[in-house]
Amino acid sequence: MSVDDVRGRLDGLFERDVTLVLAVLGAIYLAYVLAGVAFGYGLRGQLNSIANLTFYIGAFGMLALALNLHWGYTGLFNIGIVGFMGIGVYVTALVSKPPVAEGGAAQVGGLGLPLVVGVVAGVAVAALFGLLVALPALRLRADYLAIVTVAFSEIVRFTMMSRTFQEATVPDTIDLTVAGVRLFSFDPAADTIGLGGGGGLILNYTDPLEALLRLLFLWEPYLGFVAFVERNFIPNNPKPVIDGVVYGIVLLVCVGLFYLLLSRTGKSPFGRVLKAIREDEDVANALGKDTDRFKLTAFVLGAALMGLGGILWYSGRGSITPPSFRPNITFFVWIALIIGGAGSNTGSFLGGAIFAGVLYEGPRYVKNLVEAAFELGDAPRNFGEAVAPLASLDPVPFLVYTLDSVSQLRLVIMGVVLIWLMHNRPEGLLGHRKETASSVDLSRPGDDGSSGNPAAADGGETR
Amino acid sequence: MSGTDDSVTDGSTPTEEPIEDDSMPAEDVPTEDGSPSAVTEESDGDADAPTDAETPDRTVHAPEDAGVSVDSTPLEVEGLRRTFGGIVAVDDVSFDVERGTLTGLIGPNGAGKSTTFNLITGMLEPDAGTVRFNGEEITGYQPHEIANRGLVRTFQIARELEEMTVLENMMLAPKGQAGESLWRSVLPVTRGDVRKQETDQLERVWEVLDFFEIDHLADEYAGNLSGGQRKLLELARALLTDPDVLLLDEPFAGVNPTLEKRLLEHIHELRDRGYTFLIVEHDMDLIMNNCERVIVMHQGRILKDGTPAEIKESEEVIEAYLGGEV
Repeated sequence: MSVDDVRGRLDGLFERDVTLVLAVLGAIYLAYVLAGVAFGYGLRGQLNSIANLTFYIGAFGMLALALNLHWGYTGLFNIGIVGFMGIGVYVTALVSKPPVAEGGAAQVGGLGLPLVVGVVAGVAVAALFGLLVALPALRLRADYLAIVTVAFSEIVRFTMMSRTFQEATVPDTIDLTVAGVRLFSFDPAADTIGLGGGGGLILNYTDPLEALLRLLFLWEPYLGFVAFVERNFIPNNPKPVIDGVVYGIVLLVCVGLFYLLLSRTGKSPFGRVLKAIREDEDVANALGKDTDRFKLTAFVLGAALMGLGGILWYSGRGSITPPSFRPNITFFVWIALIIGGAGSNTGSFLGGAIFAGVLYEGPRYVKNLVEAAFELGDAPRNFGEAVAPLASLDPVPFLVYTLDSVSQLRLVIMGVVLIWLMHNRPEGLLGHRKETASSVDLSRPGDDGSSGNPAAADGGETR
Repeated sequence: MSGTDDSVTDGSTPTEEPIEDDSMPAEDVPTEDGSPSAVTEESDGDADAPTDAETPDRTVHAPEDAGVSVDSTPLEVEGLRRTFGGIVAVDDVSFDVERGTLTGLIGPNGAGKSTTFNLITGMLEPDAGTVRFNGEEITGYQPHEIANRGLVRTFQIARELEEMTVLENMMLAPKGQAGESLWRSVLPVTRGDVRKQETDQLERVWEVLDFFEIDHLADEYAGNLSGGQRKLLELARALLTDPDVLLLDEPFAGVNPTLEKRLLEHIHELRDRGYTFLIVEHDMDLIMNNCERVIVMHQGRILKDGTPAEIKESEEVIEAYLGGEV
């Protein structure tokens, strides 16, 4: 029964979603490949560009999904996403960085444990902080939770920068003594440990991709594959390029796992209570649901996923510094979620993909495209020089200047898109759809077939 | 199966089995497949407890099989008091509600009816006084704890979960859902059980939807329903929690006469099955014509407590309604 049942239940909704997701991803990738062709990229260039795109689609996809659990499902206004990300990756670094002796000069060491342990610890500590933030804040009204979370994420960032936590020396032996009896003596591998202050931490642990592949016993085949590519396609040193592409794929797989976990969470009695809390907490309470427990669980799970998102985002980089964890990342994730449609898991991923492909990375490509198409010469050095020629009706310097500052303008573009969305489609691409919160099909039992999935058939837009 | 079992074993709902051994022909809620009783939803055996509308009195009873103390007054309120700033909203309110009755709570605006409701159901904490439910003191309990004991309320302004479908609204209500644990919902091993329970629960949800004749709206968003339909949904939803006593806060406000009649019929039918109701209402006639007992509140105090006939003759009540403030 169950397999057919599941299949039948998923058919309508699932096929539509898969088609939509593939269409959007296809369009974005096609645009990037075409842009690459226009730039005259070779295979290496194309792969780099694709890897970069995939990385951000994966990263924003994951984070938007995690935020959707907080905001889309439960109505918890979390604007401290980046704090949980930062905690995740910093803890991973502390646990997995090699002790200083191996790491070399003037830098902080870590505990030197395997990266897997570091990742697990990072996620766990992010969850723990989720609990810590949520416990007092959930008793307050929604807007206060927002204040608490944003303050929390700033506290995290300032803690990272603080001199106090910059570096500490670890004693050579740690004795655990209880009531005069020495239980065990422990010689920590670490010599120094700390958050690195404003200079951040160098992530000199094993490359996460390598660690993962070794864990799966795929490292040797992978090296073989790289050698194969080197012989046949990309002559010199293709490994970084392939690493990038494969890491992007790993992130997409993680998105898939997030999606699976969160859609299971959503399509269950648990998810139903979360939705009810979002709609009207008093009602859920009056129906006998212990809403505090549900909010807490949801918040902790979301915080853990955000921590994992942070780890996956940053641990592939050589180093992390506190300025990477400014609140703008939080707002990027929010924009992604709003584009996709809060409340819909598919929408969250789509929003993440569109945000990454169009708003986050897109402007830079547009700039490069224009520059490739026209010989524009050097941009004016400042705004005055850009605007002055407008008096003589020469817009070119101004346009060139604008194009040159596109990475700053990106934020303006995001703002405009956000305002436009709020006015014209506040529910996002896939908001307001009936992703029914139940583990089973709710149509009348024994009444299958035609009316089997009316919710999916009309896409749920009843307004 | 587990679903209904759970909800029954949690003990607080012993009184819904109106007449277990009754041999009278069941005149049941018509469901499409002719299956018996939708709403009473006892555990296994007594799903077909008859409900003969012509002999309502017999349902005022003391259930035989219940382990919990079953007295004839499941809800007892004593000396309830609550102030907001300097205003005494509820002052020394005491009453009790008899099992299997429709009790009306009326009074002019600002008489403290809704506050009393909020105090009973844990939405507000009383400054003084006690609330006892089925013999247990529940004063100061959390709303969900009170609801889980079988004392369930509806709201004055129908508070639907607007962006959830009618079905989701209904599926939310039943107690003891295993899938409300995150782990059990997510882990493959246990998800099967969750689905099983949901499937069982779904059957009952559809029966109740049929009973209230809102099955055609099942896939609508609750926010798209009319005011009257929302009231029906809210009552239906409350019923799915297996309540013992239902507190209805102005169930007829904003409901057109046809729907009002239907709602009343439903309430009477449920009462006949052993449910107990306490209804807050503005409309005096409605209460007088339908309730066995009426409590009149005025300025935070209980003005009069008696049968409709007694209330009608009471000078004080007439004074309060006609002479007092609006």
